[in-house]
Amino acid sequence: MFFLFLTSGLFLGWSLGANDAANIFGTAVGSKMIRFHTAAIIAGIFVIIGATAQGSGTTHTLSQLGSVDAVAGAFAVSLSAGIVIFFMTKYLLPVSTTQAIVGAIIGWNIFTGHTTDLSLLLTIVSSWITSPIIGAIFSAILFILLRMLLKRLQIHIIILDVYIKWALIIVGAFGAYSLGANNIANIIGVFVGSAPDVVIDFGLFSLNGAQVLFLLGGIAIAIGIFTYSRKLMIEVGNGIMALSAEAAIAVVLAQALVLFVFSSTAFSGLLKNIGLPAVPLVPVSSSQVVVGAIMGIGLVKGINEIRFKTIRGIALGWVLTPVFAGLISFLALFFVRNLFNLNVGSELNGTVAGTAISPAVIESLPQTSRHINLIWPGISLMVLLVLSAVVIYSFRQQKRRLVAEKELLEKEKQYNISQHALTNSEIRTVQLENVYLQNEVENKRKELINYALSIIEQKEYFEKISENLRSLINEKGPEVKDEKLKKLEVEVRQRMSFNDKVEEFNIRTERMHKDFMGRLTQLYPVLSANDIKLAVMLRLGISSKEIATLLNISPKSVEINRYRLRKKLGLGKGANLTQFINNI
Amino acid sequence: MAFFRNATSVIDAIETFFNTVDQGVLVFKEGVSNYLHGNQEAFSNNIAMMAKLEADADDLRRDIENKLYAHSLMPQIRGDILRLLEEMDNIIDTAKKNLFQFDVEVPNIPAELNQDFVLLTDMCVSSVSAVIPAARAYFRSPETVKDQIHRVYFYEKEADKLADALKRKAFRQMQGLRLSEKFHLRYFTLHIETVSDTAEKVADLLSIMAIKRSI
Repeated sequence: MFFLFLTSGLFLGWSLGANDAANIFGTAVGSKMIRFHTAAIIAGIFVIIGATAQGSGTTHTLSQLGSVDAVAGAFAVSLSAGIVIFFMTKYLLPVSTTQAIVGAIIGWNIFTGHTTDLSLLLTIVSSWITSPIIGAIFSAILFILLRMLLKRLQIHIIILDVYIKWALIIVGAFGAYSLGANNIANIIGVFVGSAPDVVIDFGLFSLNGAQVLFLLGGIAIAIGIFTYSRKLMIEVGNGIMALSAEAAIAVVLAQALVLFVFSSTAFSGLLKNIGLPAVPLVPVSSSQVVVGAIMGIGLVKGINEIRFKTIRGIALGWVLTPVFAGLISFLALFFVRNLFNLNVGSELNGTVAGTAISPAVIESLPQTSRHINLIWPGISLMVLLVLSAVVIYSFRQQKRRLVAEKELLEKEKQYNISQHALTNSEIRTVQLENVYLQNEVENKRKELINYALSIIEQKEYFEKISENLRSLINEKGPEVKDEKLKKLEVEVRQRMSFNDKVEEFNIRTERMHKDFMGRLTQLYPVLSANDIKLAVMLRLGISSKEIATLLNISPKSVEINRYRLRKKLGLGKGANLTQFINNI
Repeated sequence: MAFFRNATSVIDAIETFFNTVDQGVLVFKEGVSNYLHGNQEAFSNNIAMMAKLEADADDLRRDIENKLYAHSLMPQIRGDILRLLEEMDNIIDTAKKNLFQFDVEVPNIPAELNQDFVLLTDMCVSSVSAVIPAARAYFRSPETVKDQIHRVYFYEKEADKLADALKRKAFRQMQGLRLSEKFHLRYFTLHIETVSDTAEKVADLLSIMAIKRSI
């Protein structure tokens, strides 16, 4: 039942981890100096250590304000604080867990009739105001010192980068420790009064009931960091980083120092011992300290522009958050007591709030308590954790390997596809080449046949000439001889038309202008073969005289043919035939 | 510590890169002088040396770039630094290109202009020699960058004046030259001037980078 009530506190812890870790590791993660997982592991571990080792001081103060001595009451108080934080965050109002829990405790005081210690309340409220101011002073001093140091040392920027990386990790770890130590009271403080009376022995160390609650609260914060702080870390980190890495270190360190100062019993005792006023051990808002720290840097740099809107918002949060939390707490306690009939706390009309739990009591390990030995379960848990880590690591490695193999397969697939496409295009090219070669062979064959026919024809022709010459030699009459000679001369002249050459030329032009001839036939079906031949010659830029020789006709006939072609192509008087043909 | 080892190796590479650029412009200066005075053999050696230095600078720049990314060094200002190195690399590239142009185009430079060309080259090289310490300063004491780059601007302006005077002399006083030769001289004046312009670009970049670091 106790752990069921504790869930409201753990939820509060989760939301604190999700929101406040960004103030600590935002710079390092946002600037990609360290990975989120590394930051989350460091923050988680140090938050837990801080909460468990140093959470008693601030818890004591809160228990002084109102020692909630019934677990149902603690549940209602914690839940009210959680509800206020949820709604104020939703409506983008500045809110702090500390202010919410203080308001809720005052609500409990009023409900149960306890009197609130006003001087203590004043101390707490003044710490809300002083903590950002101290943050500003700390960050300004740290920044000045850091700047002076860097100026004097003149470290190379690349070495400086390595130093900054480590500094951000160390300062972040310290910040996480301080956050756990200071803010754990907000989460678990109200439950400490109802903590189970046990001592758990972990072998190396033992924890009493309150410390176990701190441990659980710390774990809740760590889970919040792991599960929900990534986005905020990157956003806030980039915002803070806009200052510069040195300034960011000063801001985070100042925040860590402020949280540490407001939670360390040892430091407070030290101040007391040397005669200085002790620092009140109060949980303070880390976000507001960060705002103060950034303003401190701005002042050092001479930026006069103080964001009054931010300050006004924070101041509004100082008033609104506790008032709302107090009201909701009062209502929640009313419902819990009257609806569920549960004890929400001892009612002491007019007396100062219940018995405060001192840090010494929180940290003590009473002999009377029930002792639980967790040495072997602890060892088993550790072994289990280590084994889990090993399994997760090897699983991840395997996953990476599989991903790499998948990528490789994908690449191979892509390669095969492109190879296939290449092969296909090669096949197409070869096919085209084959068609071309077949045409070539066909043309050659035609040429060969023509050549052969021409040889035969020529042989027959020369045989005929030889026969005619022989008969001429035997001819007696000179007149007949002359007549026969004239006839032979005309015959030879006619033969001089170079038919075979012209034919070869025709074949070649036909082959070269196949596409053009196709287009021409398609566009002008009325054209005859001779018209097309003429058009091809004109396209080649051959003159009419040359055409006449090639076609073995007179130039006059060429002109007539040209005229006919113009007509068939539908050309007007002024149109240039050659230009028209070239444009087809 | 691996982190420091990686950082140190990058620092060494950057230093070597700056030295290479410095040597490059000195070879350029020597090369121009050898060309003007007709020392063909020495000029050929300068060309070979220049080509080697330019290739070395390119390799170093790529090496630095790889290391900065591989070891996740300076994620916020890595872009700026790589741009700076690129601009510095442009200086040696320009110098090399110029020297090769002398070799390829063999401009006819009258002996009366030799001294002007030597002075112009000297001024351009001085601007580069001034920008290198400023670039080095950015890495260790960015607040001193501003004090160093004013020299670059001075040399650049002087180079501009010299180039202007040289062009005027070529076009107005050298009547014996053909127009094509005058054009050729003007191009070579412009080419040499580009070296100081590139140095000025680096100085501008450094100035902004130094301000960014101080914010």
